[in-house]
Amino acid sequence: MTENVDLQTHDPEMDADAKAAAAANAGEYEHGWSSDIETEFAEKGLTEDTVRFISGKKGEPEWMLDWRLKAFRLWQDMEEPDWAKVGYPKIDYQDAYYYAAPTKKIELDSLDDLDPEIKRVYDKLGIPLGEQEVLAGVKGAKKVAVDAVFDSVSVATSFREELMRAGVIFRSISEAIKEYPELVKKWLGRVVPTRDNYFACLNAAVFSDGTFVYVPEGVRCPMELSTYFRINAENTGQFERTLIIAEKGAYVSYLEGCTAPMRDENQLHAAVVELVAMEDAEIKYSTVQNWYPGNSEGVGGIYNFVTKRGLCQGDRSKISWTQVETGSAVTWKYPSCVLNGENSVGEFYSVAVTNNYQQADTGTKMIHNGKGSRSTIISKGISAGKSNNTYRGLVRVGPKAEGVRNFTQCDSLLLGDECGAHTVPYIEVKNPGAQIEHEATTSKISDEQLFYAMQRGLDEEEAVALIVNGFAKDVLKELPMEFAVEAQKLLAISLEGSVG
Amino acid sequence: MLKIDNLHAEVDGAGGKKAILKGLSLEVPAGEVHAIMGPNGAGKSTLANVLGGKPGYEVTQGSVAFKGEDLFDLDPHERAATGLFLGFQYPVEIPGVSNVQFLREALNSQRKYRGEEALSGGEFLKLAKDKAALLKMDMEMLKRQVNVGFSGGEKKRAEMVQMGILDPSFAVLDETDSGLDIDALRIVGEGINSIMRSGDKGVLLITHYQRLLDVVKPDRVSVLAGGRIVQTGGPELALRLEAEGYDAVMAEAAA
Repeated sequence: MTENVDLQTHDPEMDADAKAAAAANAGEYEHGWSSDIETEFAEKGLTEDTVRFISGKKGEPEWMLDWRLKAFRLWQDMEEPDWAKVGYPKIDYQDAYYYAAPTKKIELDSLDDLDPEIKRVYDKLGIPLGEQEVLAGVKGAKKVAVDAVFDSVSVATSFREELMRAGVIFRSISEAIKEYPELVKKWLGRVVPTRDNYFACLNAAVFSDGTFVYVPEGVRCPMELSTYFRINAENTGQFERTLIIAEKGAYVSYLEGCTAPMRDENQLHAAVVELVAMEDAEIKYSTVQNWYPGNSEGVGGIYNFVTKRGLCQGDRSKISWTQVETGSAVTWKYPSCVLNGENSVGEFYSVAVTNNYQQADTGTKMIHNGKGSRSTIISKGISAGKSNNTYRGLVRVGPKAEGVRNFTQCDSLLLGDECGAHTVPYIEVKNPGAQIEHEATTSKISDEQLFYAMQRGLDEEEAVALIVNGFAKDVLKELPMEFAVEAQKLLAISLEGSVG
Repeated sequence: MLKIDNLHAEVDGAGGKKAILKGLSLEVPAGEVHAIMGPNGAGKSTLANVLGGKPGYEVTQGSVAFKGEDLFDLDPHERAATGLFLGFQYPVEIPGVSNVQFLREALNSQRKYRGEEALSGGEFLKLAKDKAALLKMDMEMLKRQVNVGFSGGEKKRAEMVQMGILDPSFAVLDETDSGLDIDALRIVGEGINSIMRSGDKGVLLITHYQRLLDVVKPDRVSVLAGGRIVQTGGPELALRLEAEGYDAVMAEAAA
């Protein structure tokens, strides 16, 4: 049942443009990838030359190129994993763009030209007009929206200055590679090694851009860091690479993603996120993922293969993952914690919603190596339509880890009777002193609940939203306040039309 | 205010559709508290559910006019916004949602439907506080999740607080007195009086027992049996039912 799939949700004309532009650039290529190449993209397909092109385009130092090439060679010998409970047509990796695909967003003259369906969702989320224009790609919207969102570039700059004063480094990973090579060299690939898995390895070879955060000893980052505020935010979605380091006693909260529906011409996404928390440090990482899930027949949609892992290296360090996953056609994602430090703490709070033909296989790994390390896993899966939603989690306790505790709660909520919810917990305990608790429930939104809420005045959509948000409350309350409100609306929108 | 005319309704059951209401007619004018009594299986809860618009019930004949509108033209939430409140015999749990959140959203949805301004968080809390005090419920209870972990009596009292906050013009109360001890019964009964006793409101009070009627003195009492109203009278009818039983009173009515 293998059928090749084109990785671009493409427009044939744009492909032709891409080829032409790549061909025009070929001369330059011969001369060794000077960094001032005007071309914005590499030709389709993935070879060593593609990797060199990307690295050259970014003006990376030799060591970075070597690192990428090593990853690429490894990747060629690796097999795509097939153990997740997801099915999709075989991916042809040679039929994709790996750097700044030319099929850029179509520019609109005004918001009036926007797909009314998307416009409606923007309005429902309460996104300001200026910001809508940027998201929709309206001509000349950028400046306006920068004003609207950040209240001018200078505000973004002043944020940066405030961070600098605190000693926090907040850069795109490309900038960091040049400006802070020693820090990047020290940690890149330390938490998620290149050979960790197929998609992480691919990312190591071709990562487009991402974020670098360094919080020095004893510093509490003075604001929530968000991808919103990153200057160099374009074209980073496909193979994003994020590295966050919190030194002894540092604290940082990082917010990734956007509740607005994100469309991207690239179907394959494979991000890697690495977190490092030293002694007494704490990192809180929140994600709202709403990539295009495909249409109601299951056509199109993003494949999201993500590797996220945090290393609680120091004693009493803490890493907390919170995710609200509503988008993508296929999600393969297990934000994990390696708890090396004594009394270190790992947390995973997740809401995953699947509707129509979406498939999500998501969960976490808590690897307890440190004495007295503790972890909490709260997973809320909501399935509707003909979708499949799987929680897959591992709790492992090493032989020397005394006094470990884990609590896991996995709840599934079903809407309708054509969807699936699956829970696959793995528990490996090599120390007899560990206390592991696992609770799981599966429930349906009952007609009784719906009728009760509707009899009090809520229409059907509002009633479903209320019940679902109640179900997900334990996770939503972990999100930063302003994000939580948007996430609640997002859950409701994701489930529209799934009842009745 | 509520005019039920020759109502026939079926319910979806394990063995297919089953006719429950068989030509029920009843009128409750504004200002009236009308008690419905009757033996088990007579169709009392079916009547409440059909009026509320619960899925699984099919009206095969007849009509219900509510404040001049055809009730069956309205979805359940539209009936609510038009002023119809259904007090549930078995109030439903909604985990993770507080009573405050539930009621504020419900009330504001109703207000939106009626073209009224939404209440702010502060305005709503003040209203909720007043109504909870009336029913001797503290605000802590309103902060708890909807009916989760509530005792039977608490659930019924919570229903009354919901009624107080939503302030309907007509309440259909389905065995609101079941599962209540004497004190709770008095509190609920007084709640009904203070919220619903008014010249422009009406109540259909479905009950098995006289004891609630001692507190909420009904204007009229009807006996529902076999899917129809078989007898209607004043408050004394309820006393006779209590004393003599349904069979005796109904046999007399049939004679």
